[in-house]
Amino acid sequence: MTKKYTGGKIFAALTYVFLYAPIIVLIVFSFNATKSRTIWSGFTLDWYRELFHDSLIMSSLQTTLLVSVIASLIAAVIGTFAAIGFYNMKKNWRSPLLLVNNIPVVNADIITGVSLSLLFVSAGALMGFQLGFGTLLIAHISFDIPYVILSVMPKLYQLDRNLFEAAQDLGCTWFQTVYKVIIPEIMPGIINGLLIAFTMSVDDFVISYFTAGSSVQTLSMTIYAMTRRRISPKINAISTLLFAVVLILLVIVNVREARQHKAEIKKEKMLKGTN
Amino acid sequence: MKKTFSVVICAVMLICLFSGCGGSKTTNGVVNVYNWGEYIDTDLITQFENETGIKVNYKTYESNEQMYSVLKQGGVSYDVIIPSDYMISRLIDEDMLEPLNFDNIPNYSLIDDSLKSMAYDPDNTYSVPYMWGTIGIIYDPTVVGEVDSWSALFDEKNEGNILMFDNSRDAMAIALKYLGYSMNSTDETELNEAYELLKQQKPILQGYVMDQIFDKLESGEAAIGPYYAGDYLTMHAENPNLKFCIPKEGSNVFVDAMCVLKNAENKDNAEAFINFMSGTEQSMANSEYIGYTSPNKEVEDLIDIDDFTRSVMYPDDATLAKCESYINLPQETLDYYDEMWVKLKS
Repeated sequence: MTKKYTGGKIFAALTYVFLYAPIIVLIVFSFNATKSRTIWSGFTLDWYRELFHDSLIMSSLQTTLLVSVIASLIAAVIGTFAAIGFYNMKKNWRSPLLLVNNIPVVNADIITGVSLSLLFVSAGALMGFQLGFGTLLIAHISFDIPYVILSVMPKLYQLDRNLFEAAQDLGCTWFQTVYKVIIPEIMPGIINGLLIAFTMSVDDFVISYFTAGSSVQTLSMTIYAMTRRRISPKINAISTLLFAVVLILLVIVNVREARQHKAEIKKEKMLKGTN
Repeated sequence: MKKTFSVVICAVMLICLFSGCGGSKTTNGVVNVYNWGEYIDTDLITQFENETGIKVNYKTYESNEQMYSVLKQGGVSYDVIIPSDYMISRLIDEDMLEPLNFDNIPNYSLIDDSLKSMAYDPDNTYSVPYMWGTIGIIYDPTVVGEVDSWSALFDEKNEGNILMFDNSRDAMAIALKYLGYSMNSTDETELNEAYELLKQQKPILQGYVMDQIFDKLESGEAAIGPYYAGDYLTMHAENPNLKFCIPKEGSNVFVDAMCVLKNAENKDNAEAFINFMSGTEQSMANSEYIGYTSPNKEVEDLIDIDDFTRSVMYPDDATLAKCESYINLPQETLDYYDEMWVKLKS
């Protein structure tokens, strides 16, 4: 029994090393005194200082965050309503439509990117607009929506069908039923979808590359363009900061959830005690 | 859950706000600039915005060919682009550039005369040089001995220590130059000979690389490879063993120059930007940041560098006389390049 246990421990440790070693190397070299990615030559905070002076990196970070936040929020709203629509459809309609919804998820990014770019360029020539922040945002919303639908659907299947009728029996209008009964019940699915959509947007390079036009550039595009002259350690620095922010957010979310969970257990115990 | 959600949103909004605080207020329109990645001191952009009130939308690319395909794809409107010599002649051939109004670019008089009337823009109508430099061999003499010829890159005794450019134009140029031909050759037998040479070289190479060459030469993982003079200085700071030479057969001298695209929406702003970047103070700051050589003739005397750096950044006239710059090749030859490169790498 103990032997099996240590084996499992070693396996888990190796998994964590495999997952986190690259990030640790990245963080360590963000403090390296020179530009080298292989030789350690002393501790410095210069790259962090330079990072905040680099207007190009800062503006592309801003573009990335702005487009990801807006796109994932809009996609969450559209995706949730689409999922509710799918849920209320007859099955012989729902299945093929859900299959179509899955295509963009499994489709190669490059195909999505090129086809969106062709669409925008030809529509732009007709209607007189150019590729820019708007087209970038539309592209992001369009590839974010399927992820929201995919994470909201299971929550809807778990929903008690009677809930909807009960709410309407008790005098809710259709809109109130959705807003006050359905949405709160499927909220965890929406939040999940939102977070997945957000990470997908931050990650994306290929689709952004084809749809961003001449005035905006996301962080991944900036990094890609550095490859002739070597990627600057400023990129390590900004990645470290982003990683730290995500880590802190995760810790906060988990601590809060644990606290809420404890409070609920306490409440239940107290209720039982009074009975 | 609602609360955690709002915490996340607040945090993200704060970051957005925070990252935006560098932006300055600008009122005199915009200029869309498309340049190589890591190829500008970004303080200059801020300085330009503050001085002129023109907002700079700055975007970057990683190769001439990538920039070309983005321009061809359409739907974009760049004003200033900064391609290399041979790409400029291609863009001129395809009527994609706008002639410059040099009345708006008084700093053009500061450009070194040897960089004017170049083969890619013989009448000086479309371009203002931005940076220039040479390609040479970077090597570690303790491993491969002294080097003065391209032959070292094809020598079996250096097997496993050699790096080579990972793009067809530069790789072929080296092979052609080693064989004693022009790097702009269109002659089929010469091209075939060069291709055969590269094919023989492939088994003794450690690899075809671009920016990985920095780490490989700095750490001693490889000992010899061709790259840009300005980038040699960066590598030398890490690994002082490394030496640089422009081979006796001659090499490539490149010029990256600023051009305005045909039908640019902000031509006046574009010319203001070009003029600004050509100024002595700005061009010097840029040269110090990038490590490549400024085309501004005042910079050579003013720039604060040691003799060693100077010898790499400003090669003597005799060396330069042996160097060639790339010109645009006919479509037939470009197709040959593509075909042979695919064959070579597969």
